Amino acid sequence: MMASDDAPLLIAEGLTKWYGRQPGCRDVSFSLHAGEVIAVVGESGSGKSTLLQLLSAQIEASSGRVLYRMRDGATRDLASLGEAERRLLARTDWGYVHQDATLGLRMAVSAGANVGERLMAVGERHYGRIRGAALGWLDRVEIDRGRVDDSPRTYSGGMRQRLQIARNLVTAPRLIFMDEPTGGLDVSVQARLLDLLRGLVADLELSVVVVTHDLAVARMLSHRMIVMKGGQVVETGLTDQVLDDPCEAYTQLLVASILPP
Amino acid sequence: MTLALELVGIGKSFTMHLQGGIRLSVVADVTFAVSRGECVVLAGPSGVGKSSLLKMIFGSYRCDRGRILVQRGAQQIDVAAADPRRILALRRDTIGYVSQFLRAVPRVAAIDVVAEPLVAGGTPRDLARREAAELLRRLNIAGSLWGLPPATFSGGEQQRVNIARGFLPNFPILLLDEPTASLDARNCEVVVDLIAERKRRGAAIVAIVHDEAVRDRIADDVIDMTRFAAAA
Repeated sequence: MMASDDAPLLIAEGLTKWYGRQPGCRDVSFSLHAGEVIAVVGESGSGKSTLLQLLSAQIEASSGRVLYRMRDGATRDLASLGEAERRLLARTDWGYVHQDATLGLRMAVSAGANVGERLMAVGERHYGRIRGAALGWLDRVEIDRGRVDDSPRTYSGGMRQRLQIARNLVTAPRLIFMDEPTGGLDVSVQARLLDLLRGLVADLELSVVVVTHDLAVARMLSHRMIVMKGGQVVETGLTDQVLDDPCEAYTQLLVASILPP
Repeated sequence: MTLALELVGIGKSFTMHLQGGIRLSVVADVTFAVSRGECVVLAGPSGVGKSSLLKMIFGSYRCDRGRILVQRGAQQIDVAAADPRRILALRRDTIGYVSQFLRAVPRVAAIDVVAEPLVAGGTPRDLARREAAELLRRLNIAGSLWGLPPATFSGGEQQRVNIARGFLPNFPILLLDEPTASLDARNCEVVVDLIAERKRRGAAIVAIVHDEAVRDRIADDVIDMTRFAAAA
């Protein structure tokens, strides 16, 4: 996991976003290395989703910056990239898993086309190879090959989420952003998805920023945690450190509020 | 004797913000060292901070004061001051920890729970599974259970899966929190043998064991934790 060249993949420096006079996210700094999974936790309105949008260059920061180490090894300020470069990054080297799979999928085309489309976007034109890759990825996310030509409209919530993951991973990205990836799923479906994600993240040595309000999800997926409240970071550390030995009052409240099964 | 682990002046307290900010002192000024091939047993009544100390060495509890010096190859790393990535690196190749209870992950088969630390360290999955199977067999876990997630296992079975997971990688430091607490005599014997083997291979072990018979057989040194009780 500790890459031989030890430069971080992503660095956030003093990231701040104001919505009018309302702070969305204030002065957030951290770095993410290859193979590292960071969970950003907090309640609604804590600024965790704003942070994810800032990191993935979907919105512009009021101040601060995001640096990213490109595939050629050069570290670039995301704000300095042209629109085309940013789009290329977003559909090749990055993935984005939405809570609502319909935002991350194209519901009008088949499952196979959903996976294949990302490959075509990076120049793959050979139909056989695209279909082969799509089928391989359906296997990997445990979707029956027989469903490859069906529209994701006919899929269950859990299957849609797994298809969305396949669509993201087909271009071998190095960094995945996840926004409440298990939100709204039944618990058994959630467990299966978490297990799948854990395996994929480890096997592919992905770096992940996962936003969740669910501390159990953070415990299972992440190495490190960032706890946010009111747009600010209140506590950071190793995941088990933050959950087993929380220092700040707010983190203690969050941890103490988990209902035991 | 080569030192593997050294604790210098470790102090720890919890501040309970939800209880009006009261401070609970856990330990103060804990100082001891463990050499390679040596087993140190922490002794003292419940609540004296034994498990907390193991968690501090493993890095899942923070320290307020002091240094926890761990030998990693030629490097010496202070867990109390190390950044998260360094602590994770230590857990991948240096420090093993058998907790009191297995934290079961849904859907993951017992054999993969056991093999996971080896796989994370780069061992091919097939080989890691074979070694996991051998250790599970030694700990008398029926082969019919290997493919099942341990969440539904009995307490003793879960603990043996946990022991197998902790003992499988050949780490130079092992932390054991009540490894034999829920085991019958036969399995207890297996664990005592495993500990002896690890010591012969040079592992430094810090253990919490209440059973005096087991303690007498594994301990090279017993540390009375009441010595480090913090002045409340």
